[in-house]
Amino acid sequence: MEFTTILQQLGDGMIKTIGIFVWTLVLSLPLGLFIAFGRMAKNRFIAVIFKIYISIMRGTPLMLQLLVVYFGPYYLFGIQLPKGYRFIAIIIGFVLNYAAYFAEIYRSGIESMPVGQYEAAKVLGYSKTQTFMKIILPQVMKRILPAVTNEVITLVKDTSLAFSLAYMEMFTIAKQIAAAQTTMMPFVAAAIFYYVFNLVVATAMERIEKCLSYYR
Amino acid sequence: MNILEIRHMKKQFDGLHVLKDISLTVKEGEVLSIIGPSGSGKSTILRCAAMLEKMDGGDLIYMGEYAAKDENGKSVYASKNELKKFGHYFGLVFQNFNLFPHYSVLKNIMDAPISVDKVSKEEAMERAEKLLLQLGLSDKRDAYPYQLSGGQQQRVSIARALARQPKILFFDEPTSALDPMLTAEVLKVIKELAKEKMTMIIVTHEMEFARELSDRIIFMEEGTIQQEGTPEEIFASDNPRIRDFIGKFRS
Repeated sequence: MEFTTILQQLGDGMIKTIGIFVWTLVLSLPLGLFIAFGRMAKNRFIAVIFKIYISIMRGTPLMLQLLVVYFGPYYLFGIQLPKGYRFIAIIIGFVLNYAAYFAEIYRSGIESMPVGQYEAAKVLGYSKTQTFMKIILPQVMKRILPAVTNEVITLVKDTSLAFSLAYMEMFTIAKQIAAAQTTMMPFVAAAIFYYVFNLVVATAMERIEKCLSYYR
Repeated sequence: MNILEIRHMKKQFDGLHVLKDISLTVKEGEVLSIIGPSGSGKSTILRCAAMLEKMDGGDLIYMGEYAAKDENGKSVYASKNELKKFGHYFGLVFQNFNLFPHYSVLKNIMDAPISVDKVSKEEAMERAEKLLLQLGLSDKRDAYPYQLSGGQQQRVSIARALARQPKILFFDEPTSALDPMLTAEVLKVIKELAKEKMTMIIVTHEMEFARELSDRIIFMEEGTIQQEGTPEEIFASDNPRIRDFIGKFRS
C-alpha cells in the first residue's frame, strides 16, 4: 500500500482526533477554573468534595475513566444510550479528566499571586469580581502558561486513548490498517502526525507566551 | 473638620494584642506621622483605617460618618454597600508599591477611576496626565512597572492613590524598600503634597522627614500611643523610650 493512500485513509481519523482535542480544551479549561474555585472554597465540605474529585481523576487511568463513562450508564443503571453516545462519552471522559489537571494548575497560579495585589485592588475599590477578572486572572494566565502547554501537549497524544472505545480517530484507523496490511507504515504516519500536531501546538503556545512578555 | 477619627481602636491577632485602645483624629490639611519601633502596631492602624483588617473594638469615623461603631466593646461595621462610599475617602500607599504589573503606568492610574468610580475616560485621562506631570513622570506614562526604578514605582503608586481624589492619604512606610537616593525622591513628592495641604497619615522611620513635615507626631510602642504632640514636643520628650528611639535613628 502506498504511503499516500495510507495518509488518505488516516485523513478522516485525523479530523476526528483534532475534534477530540478542540472540544476537550474548549470545555475543560473553563471547567478547570470552576473546579479550582471549588477546591479553594472556604467551606471545608465543598473543598473536600472537589479535592476527592481531583484525587480520583488524577489517580486512575484515563482509559479506565473512558470505559466507565461509556459503559457505566448501561451496566450500572440499564440506561440505553443513543448511537452517537460514543463520541459524547469520549468528550465527557476527557473533559472530566483534564479539568482536574487544569484545576490544580489554576490553583497553583492563583495561590502564587502576592497578597499585595488583592490589597491594592481592595483599597482602590475594585469589587471581588473586578479584582479577579482584571487584576488576578490575567497575571495567573501568564504564570501558568508553561504548565498548561505541558498538559495540552499530553492531550494531543492522549487522544489516541479513544481507541479503547473503538472510536474511529486516527490512531484506531492506523492500528486497523497496520493489522490488515501487516505494515509499519501507518504507525510511522501516525507518529509524524502527532509530532507535527504538537509542533504546531508548541509554536502557538510560544507565541502566546511572547505576547504576554510585555510585562514582568 | 475632622477627616478621620479613630476612637478606642483595638485589634488582636490570635490572642496577641497588636493595638490596645488607640484614639486619634486628623483634621483637614493636617499631616500626622506615626513613629515607633517595628512591631509596635503602626502599620496595623493604617490597615484598620483602610479596612484591610477589621478592628475588634472601637469606632472608625470618616467625615463625621461611622464606618464602624463600637457596640458593647465590639466594632460593628456599616453594610457592604455603605462601606463602598467610605472607600472614596482614603487612599493607601504601600511599602512595596503593589502596582499592577500588567498595566502601563497610565492604566495603573486611570483604571480605578474609570472602572470603580465610573469617571469618564476623558476626565480620568486628564487627572492622570496632571498627576504624572506633578510627580515628574510624564515621560513614563506608557512604561510598565518593571521598567521603573523603585522611586518611580512608588511615585506611580502615589499618583494611583491620588487619582481617586481621596480626602486623606495613608503612607505605610513608603520609603522602607528604597535606597537613600530614591527615598529622597519620594519624600520630596510627599513634601509637595503637604504644601498643597493634602491630609495625610505617614508611618515612617525617617525621623528628620517626620519632624520637618508633620503637624503632629505619634510615638507608638507595644500597641499603645506613648506620646502625641508637635514635632518639637516629641523631639524634646523626656520619655526615655522616645529619647532612646530617636537617638538611635539620629546617630
